[in-house]
Amino acid sequence: MLIVETIRISLSSIRSNLFRALLTMLGIIIGVAAVITMVALGTGAQREIDNQMAALGGDILSIQSSAWFSRGVARDQQTLTSDDAAALATGSEHVAEVVPEINARFQIKFGNKNLNVATVGTTPNYPAVHGFKIEHGRFFSAADDAARRRVVVLGSEIPGMLEVDAAALVGQKMQIRSISFDIIGIFESKGGSGWRNPDDDIWIPLSTAQFRVTGDEFVQTISAKVSDTSTLPMAMLEIERVLRREHGILPGRDNDFAIMNRKQFAESRQEATQVFTYLLAGIAGVSLVVGGIGIMNIMLVTVTERTREIGVRKALGATKGNILLQFLVESTILCLLGGMLGLALGAGVSALLAKYAGWQTVITSGSAMMAFGFSAAVGMIFGIWPAKRAASLDPIDALRHE
Amino acid sequence: MGTQFIDALRCVDLEVASNEYLAIMGQSGSGKSTLMNIIGCLDRPTAGEYWLDGEPVSKMNDRQLARIRNKAIGFVFQTFNLLPRMTALANVEVPLIYSGMKRKARSERASAALETVGLGDRMLHRPSEMSGGQRQRVAIARALVSDPSILLADEPTGNLDSATGDEIMKLFDNLHEQGNTLIVVTHEQHIANHARRIVRLSDGNVVADTAT
Repeated sequence: MLIVETIRISLSSIRSNLFRALLTMLGIIIGVAAVITMVALGTGAQREIDNQMAALGGDILSIQSSAWFSRGVARDQQTLTSDDAAALATGSEHVAEVVPEINARFQIKFGNKNLNVATVGTTPNYPAVHGFKIEHGRFFSAADDAARRRVVVLGSEIPGMLEVDAAALVGQKMQIRSISFDIIGIFESKGGSGWRNPDDDIWIPLSTAQFRVTGDEFVQTISAKVSDTSTLPMAMLEIERVLRREHGILPGRDNDFAIMNRKQFAESRQEATQVFTYLLAGIAGVSLVVGGIGIMNIMLVTVTERTREIGVRKALGATKGNILLQFLVESTILCLLGGMLGLALGAGVSALLAKYAGWQTVITSGSAMMAFGFSAAVGMIFGIWPAKRAASLDPIDALRHE
Repeated sequence: MGTQFIDALRCVDLEVASNEYLAIMGQSGSGKSTLMNIIGCLDRPTAGEYWLDGEPVSKMNDRQLARIRNKAIGFVFQTFNLLPRMTALANVEVPLIYSGMKRKARSERASAALETVGLGDRMLHRPSEMSGGQRQRVAIARALVSDPSILLADEPTGNLDSATGDEIMKLFDNLHEQGNTLIVVTHEQHIANHARRIVRLSDGNVVADTAT
């Protein structure tokens, strides 16, 4: 009952000095907007990683040559070969698919266009394991690979880079390192996965790459798809055993390769992003506290200005509690209004960032609630002191105040 | 340090009956303000007792005093002390808000009080849109609205010209006839003459207590 009246009184007092109220709220508005934007960016980044993780699949292990140390100096060393891939495919029961990859950058030429692109030499099961879909034409077959045919499949952005219509490219020829290749297919867009964008890569058969382009039998990466995610740790042990045997590594010596679970990698990235988000939100939160101090300052001024009103109200029967509540409600309303405006501003900034900077931003109901909770808390905490001062004014002095 | 304690009032023994019309007179520094603050329950005597409506007010805490001010005392100030941003009606409603009255009943009571002081047609005006006399009438309506035991006026005509002051005093006379108990604090003899009894203070003592 009385709280409704108190809110009414506070609103009318805020309305009577709207401009000042707005300036007072500015700190809170900016603080809340900053927190909302930071959290929206962080949540967006996390959602992006979530999507990547879903795309990666938790059942793929990635094997790479590990850095090799010689007299304390790290050396780049190629240790994996296509024979290792073949051994894994036949020799380990927990591994369902093995996809060796050669990664290199080659100069390609189409018409009068020259590009330097990342080239992947791999086996026909690559699209199935990594989740790529063909848009035009086809992917190369086992026969293409076995016959070392000069065929190439392009990422979805390559036609654009060559300024040619995608569908029209299939069946034409292009040069890779001055060797003529037939374009047999074009992938659908897969989207950037954070580290790099696979849409501007090209793919050629593994044996073609080894025998016609690079001239050696090394591969950079072997992806192993496990038959069942629950057997992942066993699969890792198995892979390690097979490769040590293949490489003739004596017991007690270190592996010359590394097995990575890409999902684990993404998860640790997820954690890092989260920590970073909290850090940024925390920094933005500092401005909320500064905003709260601004509110306190103005409320103290208001108490002084309205000393006489406080005296009159006390003479008319207001208790200390009534006066305390009135000023506390006023500062809380100021903060809540500031919180609302800040939320709107934060949402606007996030939308702009998403539109013009291309960053994914997500505003959750959780962050909105948090903004409200925070601003209400700031209003109450920083309103207490001024409200107490108002409540403890002596009515006789207050009435005499000019 | 440096603060001197002065006995603003000494040996004041005053009894005011219901429906009395009393004027308290005295020079500045005579203690009449202190007496008024005690009667109005804004202050407590450091020694001695004050009983109002059979209750020992001098022993009450802040909260109880606020309740007494709300229910039993109607203040009329020299400077009106209306809340500037509110309409006349809203100003008169303020004591009723603190007594917890519902909105509808409140606005009915407040309108009735404004009618009583002859401002039925000015209810939605703000203080800045009214003359001094009208403002003081709003203040009187606000003092009357909670039907107090005592209507306590501190120099009610001090900020008004003499014609308007006379009107206000006539209003007080009427209120007295309607059965209200009035205490007017003033230093002007012709204002005090409206009362039925005059108490004179000097140096904190009652020096005269006469009927007019």
